[in-house]
Amino acid sequence: MSTQVSPRRVGAAGLRRGEAAAGWLFTAPVIVILGVFLLVPVLMALWVSVSDWAGRGSPLSGSVSFVGADNYSAVLADGGLATKDFGTALRNNAWYVLLVVPLQTALALFLAVLVNRAMLRGRGFFRTAYYFPSVTSSVAITVLWMFLFSASGAVNDVLSWFGLHGPNWFNDPRGILHLILGSESGPSALTQGGMLGISWWDWLSGPSVAMSAYILMAVFTTSGTFMLIFLAGLQNLGADVDEAAMVDGANGWQRFWRITLPQLRPTLFTVLTLGLIGCWQVFDQIYTGTQGAPSKTTLTPAFLSYQTAFKNQEWGQGAAIAFILFVIIVVFTLIQRWVLRDRPVSRRRIRAYQVTAKDGAA
Amino acid sequence: MTRHTTRAAYGTGAVLLTSALALTGCGSGFSGDEGGSSSDGLTSSDKPLTVLIGSSGDAETAAVQSALDAWSKESGTEVSLQVASDLSQELSQGFAAGEPADLFYLSTDQIAGFASNGSLKAYGDELTNKDDFYPSLVENFTIDDTFYCAPKDFSTLALVINSTMWADAGLTDADLPKTWDDLAEVAKKLTTPEHVGLAFGAEYQRVGTFMAQAGGGLVKDGAAIADDDANVTALEYVKSHLVDGTFAFAKDVGAGWGGEALGKQSAAMVIEGNWITGAMQNDFSDVEYTVAELPEGPGGKGTLQFTNCWGMAADSPNQQAALDLVEYLTSADSQLAFSKAFGPMPSIKSAADEWTADNEALEPFLAGADYAQFPPNQNGASDVIADFNAQLESLKTADPAQILSSVQSNLEAVVK
Repeated sequence: MSTQVSPRRVGAAGLRRGEAAAGWLFTAPVIVILGVFLLVPVLMALWVSVSDWAGRGSPLSGSVSFVGADNYSAVLADGGLATKDFGTALRNNAWYVLLVVPLQTALALFLAVLVNRAMLRGRGFFRTAYYFPSVTSSVAITVLWMFLFSASGAVNDVLSWFGLHGPNWFNDPRGILHLILGSESGPSALTQGGMLGISWWDWLSGPSVAMSAYILMAVFTTSGTFMLIFLAGLQNLGADVDEAAMVDGANGWQRFWRITLPQLRPTLFTVLTLGLIGCWQVFDQIYTGTQGAPSKTTLTPAFLSYQTAFKNQEWGQGAAIAFILFVIIVVFTLIQRWVLRDRPVSRRRIRAYQVTAKDGAA
Repeated sequence: MTRHTTRAAYGTGAVLLTSALALTGCGSGFSGDEGGSSSDGLTSSDKPLTVLIGSSGDAETAAVQSALDAWSKESGTEVSLQVASDLSQELSQGFAAGEPADLFYLSTDQIAGFASNGSLKAYGDELTNKDDFYPSLVENFTIDDTFYCAPKDFSTLALVINSTMWADAGLTDADLPKTWDDLAEVAKKLTTPEHVGLAFGAEYQRVGTFMAQAGGGLVKDGAAIADDDANVTALEYVKSHLVDGTFAFAKDVGAGWGGEALGKQSAAMVIEGNWITGAMQNDFSDVEYTVAELPEGPGGKGTLQFTNCWGMAADSPNQQAALDLVEYLTSADSQLAFSKAFGPMPSIKSAADEWTADNEALEPFLAGADYAQFPPNQNGASDVIADFNAQLESLKTADPAQILSSVQSNLEAVVK
């Protein structure tokens, strides 16, 4: 870098120096606000996660000492109750992410394409209607959901019209995959080993019936928001490419997959990233709803972190869980970014075009 | 490039400087280093007091408020009442900020945690009415031989029966269950397609009564005994009747807790505590019920008791006045007024006779005090119980011995 000293540097040091000072002055309020309300708390939490602070007085006082990775190992390696709880929370949330993110993205895209069509009558109405769940407070929706999905609630009533006997949704801890397989206990190959104090069989249980109700709720509430983002993306696309494809004889299905979707890649990246982050941080629904019950199958790392710190006075472990969650989110976002990266056109595709070119020449 | 790097360096420097300033600012604001939980010496000043409670409803808030007003007039010290929506969180915040409420409700499962980080003032031995409290309640709030705080009241569990269903099944007072077999028998008679015989929450805080009746429990003489044979017997008994449909967990009959199951008439009998009287009065006043002692198991009589204490903050600037207030609030007069307003039983022996005279129908609750066990109060025990409860939810299909052995290993880690 030192070899690339640009001649403009002289200018920066001389003539434009005042501007830099003014720039700092103007950005200072934001830097101070972000520092005090974001950076300092994060740094303090980082310190708490490696200290034995017990929740009284300042974490920076002399009586608090450094304990290294003790809190992290209690959560990740000890094999005690803390590890088991974290494993359970991670299992629940992983299933939640695995189902919510694809479902809400697909539904949002579908709705966006629907309301984007120029032909649709009452577009404004549908756009508002689909967006409505997103602007309602999640607490209100959770309470509504508890009523809808209670043992004698509306959902089970509707199911009974079709002769189905609905489960006691928010009180049913049975895993969906276990239910589909129809067995309570798995093969010993799966029940013997495990990770974070949870056997492989339990990792593979799928979301519990209670968690599934939350999954439906998340899809219901967030697809409206993401529909809006997709809609903005769709309206930015020029009609000419689409028309060109139409002239080439592509049908609607092909145009969607080959023309529209590839152009939406940046929007898709935004939606998936926001979805992933939001899903890993799910807290308020759990806090207002089931608080981890039944049988800890709706426990999530974010709620567990709160519970560990505020209810059980294990502040270090609570902070450690928060940072592990942070790492998980960053890793998932990076993976996703790598999967959705801009790739050069594959050889196979190029060859396809070459063939047509040759045909044209002949 | 270089210019950007320099800027970035300045930026980082500025942010670090700001944070350093803010951190030191925060640090000096706290007063975390001093103080402790030693029982000698109470602070005294003319500062007003703050009392933080987690209220069960308007009746409780009003009763506490009027007691505080009366004391304030008498003593001349100002006192204000705060009702927490999430008590443990607001307590934690107060302690962390160094400005906690002076007095607050404190539950048995939280006392060990707050005591170990020095947030609490142990004032038990300073109380003039110290010897009037039931010894078993004092034991709840004694940690490492230090009596921390005054029990504010207590409740026990008993059998609450729907009188109409009882009579409809052709049962009389003579049929009140004395043993487990009796209980199974009446539960069977009371089970119809519309309602189950006996319902209770799927938690140790109810199922634990059977463990106590079998002669078991979770902790005995400072050692974990969760996998004791008596406990296995108790859970096997409960499981067998869950399976035959005469017992049910409250949630399985569509109720949030036992009181709701009794009120909605989806259960003929429930295992609940004193607090059920308030709920029945407010929400289900048309349901008539009687209260009976729980039956004896193979190990004799047994029930569970629950209590809270008036916790005092170590950082309180006016502990002398707070102590005076606690003595006032735990006096017979105040406690009887509280009991009338929202149901719990007085924590002092000298109020027992008057309470029984006022509440003859509820006498079985007080009788339970003689043989009641209490949930373990060790630091971390609430986690173990939460995990136990999570497993109890599937008791109908699970293996009791396996559940109890996992509870035992978790419990051994916290009971040292």
